[in-house]
Formats: sequence, structure tokens, C-alpha cells
Amino acid sequence: MAEKKIKIIVAKPGLDGHDRGAKLLSRIFAEAGMEVVYTGLRQTPEMIVEAALQEDADVVGLSSLSGVHNYFFPKVVELLKAKKLANVLVVGGGIIPLEDIPELKKAGIAEIFGPGTSTEVIVDFIRSNVKAK
Amino acid sequence: MFDVKELEKIKAGKKKWSEGTLAKTLSKAPEKKAKTTWSGIPVETLYTPAENAGLDYESKLGYPGEYPYTRGVQPNMFRGRFWTMRQYAGFGSAKETNARYRYLLGQGQTGLSVAFHLPTQAGYDSDHPLSMGEVGKVGAAIDHIGDMRILFDQIPLDKVTTSMTVNAAATALLGMYLSVAEEQGAKYDQLGGTIQNDVLKEIICRGQYIYPPKPTMRLTVDLIEFCQKYVPRWNSISISGYHIRESGSTAAQEMAFTIADGIAYAEACAARGIPVDSFAPRLSFFFNAFTDVLEEVAKFRAARRVWAKIMKDRFKAKDPRSMMLRYHVQTGGVTLTAQQPLNNIVRVALQTFATALGGHQSLHTNSYDEALCLPTQGAVTVALRTQQIIAEESGACVTVDPLAGSYYIEYLTDKIEAEIEDYIKKIDAMGGTLTAIEQGYIQKEIQNSAYLFQKSIDSGERAYVGVNKYTMEEPPVTDLLRVDMKVGEEKAKELKEWRAKRDNAAWKKSLDKLREVSKTDTNVMPTVIEAVKAGATVGEVCDVWRDVFGQYRPKEFIS
Repeated sequence: MAEKKIKIIVAKPGLDGHDRGAKLLSRIFAEAGMEVVYTGLRQTPEMIVEAALQEDADVVGLSSLSGVHNYFFPKVVELLKAKKLANVLVVGGGIIPLEDIPELKKAGIAEIFGPGTSTEVIVDFIRSNVKAK
Repeated sequence: MFDVKELEKIKAGKKKWSEGTLAKTLSKAPEKKAKTTWSGIPVETLYTPAENAGLDYESKLGYPGEYPYTRGVQPNMFRGRFWTMRQYAGFGSAKETNARYRYLLGQGQTGLSVAFHLPTQAGYDSDHPLSMGEVGKVGAAIDHIGDMRILFDQIPLDKVTTSMTVNAAATALLGMYLSVAEEQGAKYDQLGGTIQNDVLKEIICRGQYIYPPKPTMRLTVDLIEFCQKYVPRWNSISISGYHIRESGSTAAQEMAFTIADGIAYAEACAARGIPVDSFAPRLSFFFNAFTDVLEEVAKFRAARRVWAKIMKDRFKAKDPRSMMLRYHVQTGGVTLTAQQPLNNIVRVALQTFATALGGHQSLHTNSYDEALCLPTQGAVTVALRTQQIIAEESGACVTVDPLAGSYYIEYLTDKIEAEIEDYIKKIDAMGGTLTAIEQGYIQKEIQNSAYLFQKSIDSGERAYVGVNKYTMEEPPVTDLLRVDMKVGEEKAKELKEWRAKRDNAAWKKSLDKLREVSKTDTNVMPTVIEAVKAGATVGEVCDVWRDVFGQYRPKEFIS
């Protein structure tokens, strides 16, 4: 079965400048055979969803270390749904308290990867959860 | 330091030991993998005078308070007084942050360090669409001089020294600080402190840039020039390696790229016509401290020596103060783990110990819960006590540069010095720091180190306690510090009132003047001060320059 490459948008929502993780994972995803688009910093939810639409992405990976995840992550899911992109897998990472994760999952973020997560775990999760379109 | 005959004897002795005593042990129990420092410098089993053959005491080490300052910038270092204990703090509103400052000063902290929220750092007001969700999150929400008054309410600015972490928007925030100090009755020349004002590392790795490199450097130099004339005790820039290291660089790269930035600022000041000995004594630095104590100590010593040489030989400085690498340290945020967070107290203690042995000027210690959230008050107290324990109890402060003369430390110091100088040569050959940044060279070097480090953790080649070794199940930590979303709504309401009640004509006139001055070569600082006094907000001042200078849009380099 010739599989289509997984296409992932790696995005930094808000004004947070911590992009070590986002850039590192961009490289790791590319090495894992995915097609990666890194948006750079200062993305609004609208910009991220627009990128997902334009790029026909399978996955959106959100990274936040400034404490704005509860605002931004659900907003991205909501806008994706509004654009009929509910099939796009949304995952997140960064400095995110464990107690916030249940709410984020309820809002439609498939998984949250905290500091110290092995990159293999993240790649495996995406591979096994990416949805057929 | 050792005579040739003696060195020959030691070399022979080490060879004999290595092939005999050591080989016998290794044949029974071989070492599983090559040993390196945390940054990956290969490390031998044993260091002796043989690895220090080129170590000339007088020229390479010398005496503290004297060139090349390897052993420290003050003659008696911490015997006279400890470093400034300066905890970076700020969250929520100006009022909440003011309360945290007064608590910290009450606990024996000796200097303030202001964390501004991201909108302030990026030059946006709290009610700007890009500020949504960010207000008060990672620092205090400061939009205008009224907020600055509340931030320092009942804190005498002629007595405390204050550090402010703001870069692209530095001129506006310093303008507010100076004005509030003046209202309190202080004179500019009584004020001591530091403003980060290091825009190059924002472009390299920290992300709080606003304007393209050239105009943003012009604002940086305007601030330096203004302080050199009117605020003589103010450190008008804090050239920062901290964030370079956090982004994944090695210890040597941290020092190399920071010094490269330092060279770029010194060149820009010189090009402005400021004599080197007028600006160089007020250049200060900001570094990281990781847990590999010995590598960190060597890194600090090496950087002092390299900077002294550069200022003397390249910039022809004559004043000794121009050659002194004075620096603030923050322990490594990225070294903290979300897993088993109490372990971070031990990491911070070791990092503090390394910093003290390295001979710094001021220090922020991270709190153990910072891989989870903003630090809670209890965790901040432990962090401050860690500094106090190292200062008072550890023995690190009773003599100057206590690790000097260790064969390993001197070897490592030379090794890191050589690596720094190598990078500086490469960057010079490229056409200087700005070109190296434009080409993404520095960014890619850092990212590659971050990648290699991650690979070593993923593969288990390097052990990280609680992360890939000695892991355990644990309940989630609760009672985290949270900033209410309401801060944003309240701030937006307050800003509306602020804009309504200021003298509109005076406000408009001041911003028009700023626009005109910004188009010329005239220093913007006096006009910025007029504007913030007339009630102009951070966002309004920065918007003037967005119009005049344009905005920076980085190329992303993924390597």
C-alpha cells in the first residue's frame, strides 16, 4: 500500500518566542518521513487554520510555553471545525499543567506532550492517530 | 607553569600509568561509553600537568581584578560582599507584581528584576488582538507610565537596583522607569540597574523582536548613548547568552555567540562616535548555568579571558573596566524537569554552586516548579534560600576562584576558550555577526546542538534523571500559580479610561515629534521620555516605529 506522506503544520500560537521544541520536532517529523510546514512565531488561531487549509494538512501541532494553551488550543480546533476540517488531528505540547489536559482533550486536542516526552512517542502517536480524509 | 623536564617526567609517568594500572582495571571492567561534558566535550580519565603544558600563570590566569580577569573582575570577589540576589518576577497586574517585589525585598533579596508580559516585550498594548490570552501571563502587564508607578509603589528607586527584561521596546520602558524615579524625587545619576536591550539575541533565538536588524540596533545604541551621558550607573545593555543556551547551544557556543553579539554592539557604539572607554564599562552580560558544575566554571573563566582580550586588542580599550566581563546568571530553565519536580531543587543548587565558583555579579535561581507553571511563592522562597545557603554555608565564597589550578578545570577553560575564538574567527570571516545571523548560521549551529542533545536523550546515551532513567509514576502537581483571564479584560477597560483622560493635544504632539525625530539621526530617548510622560502607551510608541522602520519578519531556518 503506497501511503501518502503525512502533512503536518507545526505552529507557535501567540507571542511566545520559545521555539526550540517546535523547530526540533519539525526536523524530527521530517526525518520520520512527514511533510512539515513550520509557521514561525506569532500566529493567531486564524492564521494557523488558514495554513492548515492551504496546505491540506493532516495534522496541526501546537506549541506553547507562555501559559496561553487554554485559550489558543481550543480556539484552533473550533475554527478547524468551522472550516470543515474536523478530520485534522490536533496535538499540542509545551509547558502545560497536567490538570489542564482533560479540558483540552474534551475540547478536541487529541494529545498533549509535556516536557521530557520522547520524540518517538510523539511520532508514533501521530502515525497511529492521523485520520483518513 | 611547569618546567620542561618535570613535564616530560609527568608525561612518561602518565603513559606508564595508563598502559599499566589503568589498562589492568579497564581490561576487567571496560568503560561502556566515551565520557563527555554535558555539552559533549570529550573528557579523559585523568588530567595532569601534561595537559596544562601551555598554561603560563601570569599571562593566562593572573590575579583577580587584573587583566585578563580569568580569576574574576573584583580583587576579593565574594569576601567583600556577595553577589546581588535578583529574582526575575512579574505576573498579572502591576499591583500583584508590586506585592511580590515587596515580599522578596522583605526576604533579603537585594535587587529587583522585572518580568514584563509578552505584549509589553513585543510592543503591543494589552488590548491589541495579538495580546489575546497573553495579558499578565509571563510577566506584569505594563502599558503606560501609570502602570509603572503602581509597579514601584513604595519601592525607593534611588535605593534598589532594578533589572528590566525588555529589548526591542526597551527605550519606551526605560523612559517610563526614569520618569517614575524622577517623580519619586530621585536623580538620574542615582539610579542603578540594567536594561536587557539586546535585540540581536531576540532575532537569533528569543523571538521578541519588532523591527529589522538595522533600525532596532539604532534604538539599542540610542539608549546606550543616552545612559552614558545622563544615567551613568545604568547598565545600558545586558548581552545575553542565557536564551542561546536555553535554545539548545553548547556551553562554548553560548559564550561564543554572546561575545559575537557583544562585538557587534561595540562596533555600533564606536561607529556612533562614542569612545570605547565611555560605553564599554556599561556593557553587561547575562549567562546560563547548567548542572555540569565543572564545565560551567570553565566556561565563565574562558569567557572573561576572551572578552578582556577582545576589548584590549580589537577595540583598543584603555580603561580596565572596559575589559571586565561583568554578568548576571540565571540557572538553566531548560534543565528543569516536569517529572519529579522536587529533584529540580538539587539541580538549581548545583547550578548555583557552579555560578558562585565561576565568579558572577548577580544571580536568579529558578524555582523547582517552573517546568509546570509560573513559580509559586513557596518555590520562589526555596530558590532564594538556595542562593543564601551557597553564599553563607558552602565554602564557595571564602576565597577567590577556588577551582583555579585544577588540571581538569584549566584544561577545560583553555579548550572552551579555543572553541569561542574559533567561532569568532568564523563569524568575522563571514562578514560579522549581523551577516552570520542573516544567513542563519548562528541559528542553525544552535538548533543542531539542540537536535544532537535530544537524540542523546531519546537513545538513552545520556541519562536524565526522572526523564529517561529512574522514572516513576506520580500524581499530577496541583496548587499551581495561575493568572486569571480577567486580568486581560480589566486591563483593556483600564486602557480605555487611560486614553480618555490624558491630555489629547499634548499626547498627539509628542508622538508626532517622535515620528519626526525617528526619521533623523537624532537620539530618540529624550522624545520617548516626553511621549510616555504625555501618556503614550508602549504600543503607541512602538507603532510609530513600526510605521517608520517597518517590522521584522524572520526567515525560519530548520536544521
